[in-house]
Amino acid sequence: MSVTSLASGHNHRLRTAKNNLATVLVTLSFVVALIPLVWMLWTVLSKGLHAITRNGWFTQSQRGITYRNPGGGAYHAILGTFLQVLLCSIISIPIALMVGIYLVEYGRGPLARATTFMVDILTGIPSIVAALFIYAVFVTTFHGQRAGWLVSLALVMLMIPVIVRTTEEMLKLVPNELREASYALGVPKWKTIVRIVVPTAMTGIITGIVLGVARVAGETAPLLILVGYTPDTNGNLFNGFQGSLPGMIYDQVGNLGNTHVLLHGRAVTIHYAADRMWGAALTLIIIVMALNLIARLIGRFSKVNR
Amino acid sequence: MADRESVTHRGSGDESGGEAARPPEGNPGRMADPLPPPSIGGESIDWAERGLDSALPIGSAEPSGIGTLEEEAPVFGAGSVSGGRGRGRIGDRVFSALASGSGLFIVVLILLVAIFLVARAIPAIADDQSNFLFSRDWSVEGATLRFGVLDLLWVTVVISLLAMLIAVPIAIGIALFITQYAPKRLARPVAYVVDLLAAIPSIIYGIWGITVLAPKLAPVQRALYHIPGALFQNKNVEQGTIFNGGLVLAIMILPIITAISRDVFDRTPRQNVEAAWALGSTRWEMIRLAVLPYGRPGVIAGSMLGLGRALGETIAITLILSKSGVGSPFTFSIFNGGETFASKIANNAAEFNNPTQTGAYIAAGLVLFVLTFAVNAAARGVVTRRKEFA
Repeated sequence: MSVTSLASGHNHRLRTAKNNLATVLVTLSFVVALIPLVWMLWTVLSKGLHAITRNGWFTQSQRGITYRNPGGGAYHAILGTFLQVLLCSIISIPIALMVGIYLVEYGRGPLARATTFMVDILTGIPSIVAALFIYAVFVTTFHGQRAGWLVSLALVMLMIPVIVRTTEEMLKLVPNELREASYALGVPKWKTIVRIVVPTAMTGIITGIVLGVARVAGETAPLLILVGYTPDTNGNLFNGFQGSLPGMIYDQVGNLGNTHVLLHGRAVTIHYAADRMWGAALTLIIIVMALNLIARLIGRFSKVNR
Repeated sequence: MADRESVTHRGSGDESGGEAARPPEGNPGRMADPLPPPSIGGESIDWAERGLDSALPIGSAEPSGIGTLEEEAPVFGAGSVSGGRGRGRIGDRVFSALASGSGLFIVVLILLVAIFLVARAIPAIADDQSNFLFSRDWSVEGATLRFGVLDLLWVTVVISLLAMLIAVPIAIGIALFITQYAPKRLARPVAYVVDLLAAIPSIIYGIWGITVLAPKLAPVQRALYHIPGALFQNKNVEQGTIFNGGLVLAIMILPIITAISRDVFDRTPRQNVEAAWALGSTRWEMIRLAVLPYGRPGVIAGSMLGLGRALGETIAITLILSKSGVGSPFTFSIFNGGETFASKIANNAAEFNNPTQTGAYIAAGLVLFVLTFAVNAAARGVVTRRKEFA
């Protein structure tokens, strides 16, 4: 690919053909990516819609309902997911915010370099490894019981890097003039950060938080290791098994094979488990997509321009 | 090859501009361009700088995640302000301590992960009657522990590489489409749509992959049996194969590779692009001359981040891969089931009973941690080295 071969213009037709081929391939690659997205969303929507539009989906649990029975809802799962993610957010947000502030406003020297490196590593840590770590600490070492709060702790490790990175980005965008003006008025540094810098970047930070919530709401691996699934409603994060949306999906997968029951001596085909699985999947997707949409809308109102 | 001098120059210019590309008028370096950009090339680039960068990262794909490292000097040093009043100084000290403490917490957290995994894995590995790294056994139920990770390593690596093989070219294509081909109005929604793929929880990939996609792939798989070689042997597993899993993984890592490639393609120095146009290049030749050489380190870094994600992906693979029976002979075929590190742990999570047995799984988790750590650190290394070069 030398310059002379370009300039000589010998194979004009060949070059045009190559160019056209590249255009086709590049455009095609986008279409290829579109196929699974549309296919997946359509599958979940079409198979899950009648489950979640049924009466009681958002108000009942799966208590006492086996794969042989229709009915029941996802209330227990939605509640469990909500509580686990809530506790996770309460722990993650302050830490992540302070790490972001540290990296942008204070970070210098070896600790800052180590921190930014470790945030990268944390970004890439598999959720199952985070879960194993929490298990090794709280169950193997301190002989605790599996419970919802352990899931929250594992999710903290997955949520922090998302928020740190967004916070960092946003704080860097705050113009230096704002800080300088504040210092010139004799405002101490911490107050400048708390009252001037962070509020200016607030919308972006909130976007990061919402994206972080969306990221952890669908995590399944920590659930398998750190809490058992129960079809009952359990609002206690610190005691007993707890349902959750991903847990409910995983639980129903186990029943997918049971598609026949004997009813009055005749084999009848059922698909209650599949219905519930897709229903829970649709519920989860709606929540996650709504969070993403909210994050995007909040981003629109940002005071600092990206 | 693109002009080395101008690459260097633009690289350092970008550094001062920061990760977030500001509109051109805000950057004196760009204002100083003596020539107006040619309408055909300049248009798309101009747009890319304003439009794309304002699209927020969606889901877990963070295009800017690895790119921001140490790109900018911190805004103000800790000592740059001498607080006049005592209250301010105490507040400063407390706040500064809190901030550094949080940074320290992250560092300590990762160290703790390593320490605890090693501490819990070592007793189990010590009790292991098989060679931990090079044996294919996995029996942890009885009195004697015999386990090795060779099978897990093979499946994990093969399934991830398969995913990379499919995802990287497509991701580069999409990134080029967004930055170089798509009309202004289309590019932003396109970027958003690809990011949506990252927002979908992996368990949904899993149930879709095994119940919907795998049956549809069975005929494709049968056709591929005709390719000679141990990799493509027919093992009479129609669904839940490494092939199925690799394909779903490819879709899952597509957004992250796309996002990072898009980011670097967007920042191709305008001089290089204009030089290519001036030589009379076609669009594709311009891309090969200017965009791809400049973006290569970014694409490599993005691919490695994707690889890191693929290695550690748990629940989708757990649902899709069918477990091969205990003691089944080893095969190279990608048309066979198996277990990755992550799916092995997830499949047996309910049976974590005694510490030594659990230790075997924690040992497997440790290997996974080391693998992903190495891959992510390498991805970071690629980015950092590029910075130093620039």
